[in-house]
Amino acid sequence: MTASTSSHSPLPRWRRYQPDQQWEAYLFLLPSFAGFLIFVAIPVVASLALSLFEWSLLSPPEFVGFKNYTQLLSSDLVFRKVLVNTFYFIVTIVPLQLAFGLLLAVALNQGMRGLEIYRLIYFMPVVTTIVAAALVFQWFFNRDFGILAAAVWELGSKTGLPIRPPDWLNDPDWAKPAVVILTLWKNTGFTMVIYLAALQGVPTELYDAAKVDGASAWQRFRSVTFPMVSPTTFFLMVIQMIGAFQLFSEAFVMTQGGPANATLTIVYYIYQMAFEFQRMGRGAAVAWVLFIFIFIFTLVQTRLQRRWVHYEAGGES
Amino acid sequence: MTTTTTTPPTTSTPASIRPGAAPRPTLKAGHLVLHVALILGSVAMLLPFGWMLATSLKSPPQIFTYPPSLVPSPVVWRNYLDTVQAMPFGRFYLNSLFVAVSVTSLQILTSSLAAFAFARLRFRGREALFLVYLATLMIPFHVTMIPNFILIRFLRWFDTFYALIVPTAFSVFAVFLLRQYFRGIPAELDEAARMDGASSFRIWAQVIMPLSGPVLAALTIFVFLGSWNDFLWPLVVSNSHATRTIPVGLATFRGQYNTDWHLLMAGSVIALLPVLLVYVFAQKRFVEGITLSGMGGR
Repeated sequence: MTASTSSHSPLPRWRRYQPDQQWEAYLFLLPSFAGFLIFVAIPVVASLALSLFEWSLLSPPEFVGFKNYTQLLSSDLVFRKVLVNTFYFIVTIVPLQLAFGLLLAVALNQGMRGLEIYRLIYFMPVVTTIVAAALVFQWFFNRDFGILAAAVWELGSKTGLPIRPPDWLNDPDWAKPAVVILTLWKNTGFTMVIYLAALQGVPTELYDAAKVDGASAWQRFRSVTFPMVSPTTFFLMVIQMIGAFQLFSEAFVMTQGGPANATLTIVYYIYQMAFEFQRMGRGAAVAWVLFIFIFIFTLVQTRLQRRWVHYEAGGES
Repeated sequence: MTTTTTTPPTTSTPASIRPGAAPRPTLKAGHLVLHVALILGSVAMLLPFGWMLATSLKSPPQIFTYPPSLVPSPVVWRNYLDTVQAMPFGRFYLNSLFVAVSVTSLQILTSSLAAFAFARLRFRGREALFLVYLATLMIPFHVTMIPNFILIRFLRWFDTFYALIVPTAFSVFAVFLLRQYFRGIPAELDEAARMDGASSFRIWAQVIMPLSGPVLAALTIFVFLGSWNDFLWPLVVSNSHATRTIPVGLATFRGQYNTDWHLLMAGSVIALLPVLLVYVFAQKRFVEGITLSGMGGR
C-alpha cells in the first residue's frame, strides 16, 4: 500500500521510518518491560529496602536500619559457618569441575570412536532433575545399605586393609564432599561440552607446528591447548563460581543442610530465614550479601583474567 | 560390578591426558587406554541411574540386605503402582507440562518482541534501556525472590499457576540472547520487506522469527528444561498437589516416605523418565540448546 514511498529523499532508507518506529518500539517492548519492571527492577529496590526491616508478614514491618547486616556479619555464628561452607564448595567444585570437563573434552577430541555415545552418557546428568539426583545420591551414600559403602567394605575385606566406609551424610567432615561429588556428577557434562566446542575451534596447524618442533603431548597441551581454550576456562570459571555460590537444591534434598549445618549454603540460609523463620528482612539482607560476594568475585576474576587468558588477535591487553 | 565403581572420578587417570586436537586417530594404543578410562567414567556416570532403577524394583527386604545388589530379584513392579497411588505423579506431570509450556512460549514471545525492538527499531533511550536490562543480568534471582513472594501473596496468587508462570514469563537473558542473534540477520532483508509495505510486526513475524530457527530451538530447550527442573521458586509458592510440579512433588513425597527407598526411587524414575527419553532421542538438540544458551549465544 505504501508504494508511494518513492526514493526522492536523500536520507538513508532506515531514517525514513524513524517517526513511527518510536511508538512501535515501545509497543514491542511493553510485554517484556512490564514484566521486567514488576518482577525484576522493582523487587530489586524493594529487596534492598526490605533488608532494613524486620518483617514476619504477620505483624507490621519494623524499621531496624542496618541491624540485619551488622548482626549477620558480627554475631551470627551460623552465617559464619554458611560462608565457610560456601567457600569450601567454591574452591572444590569449580577447579574440579573445570579439570574433569577439560580432561574429558580433550580425551573425546582425539577423533575417538563413539564420541556421540560418550557425550550422551556424560551429559545425561545435566538434564536430570536435581531433586531426583540428590535423592538417589542420598541412598547411594547410605552407610548400611548404600552401594558405595558396600564397595568400600568389600575392598577392605578383600585387601585386609583396615578401611571402613565413612558415614557420609551423618558426618560433618564427609557430608560436604558428598555434596561436591553430587555436583560434579551433575555438572561435569556441561563443562565438557563447552570445552569440546572450544577445542574444535583450535586450528590444527598449531598442533602440527608444535609437532614439527618436537613438542611432546604434554608440551602441546601446555602451550597450545591450554592457552587456546583459556577464554572458555575464564567463562566457565565465572559461571561455575556463580553456580557454586547459589548451591541449594543439592543440600536441601540430600542433607537438609546438615549434619550440624555442615552443608548449609547461602541460598539455603536465605530460604530458611524467609520461609522457615518468617524473617523476610533478614532473608533479603542475606540475599544482598550473596549478590555483593558474587559481584566482587566476578570483578576480581575479570581483573585477573588479563594475566592468564589468551585472546586471539591480541584483543585484550 | 561393585569393585570397578568405587571411584567415580576414574576419568582422572593420567592416561586421559592426551593433549592436542589431532583430527585423525594417530595413536591406536593410546586410544585403547582412553576408551578404558572413558568407559570407567561412563559406568560412574550411569551408576546412579542404575542404582535408582534397581532399587525401584526391589522389595523392602531386598533393599535392606547386605551386600546390596544391582539386580533386583524378584522384580517388584508393584512399587510403581504403590508410588502413583501414594502420590499423584500424573497430576505433577500435567502441572509441570502446563507450567513449562506456558513459561517457554510466553518467555519466547515477550523476549523476541523486545529483542526485535532492541535490534531493529530506532527509538529514544534504546541503548540506555538495554544497559539497564544488562545490568540486572548479574543480580541473582535470590535477591528478587522474597519481594516476589510477598507480591504473590499480596496478589493472592499463592499456590496458583499464576505464581508459577507469570513471574518467569519474562527473561532478560532471553532478550539478550535473541538480540545478539537478530543483529546477525542482514538488515537488507527487513528493509526489503519494509519497501514492500510490511509493518514492523510482519517483519518480526515473517522475516526475523523464521530466520531465527536455530536460536529459537536452542532457547526453547533451555527454557523448557530450566522450567521443568526448576525447584526453589515452585517450592516457595506452591502448597498443594494441585500446583506442585514434578521436582516439588518428588520432594514432598520424600518428606512423607522418608525411608521407603523403593518407593522414593520409583518416584525418581517416574520424575526423570520423560526428560531422559526425549534427551536420548534428541541428544544433539539438547546439547546444542544448552551449549548455545549456556554460552550466552557466543
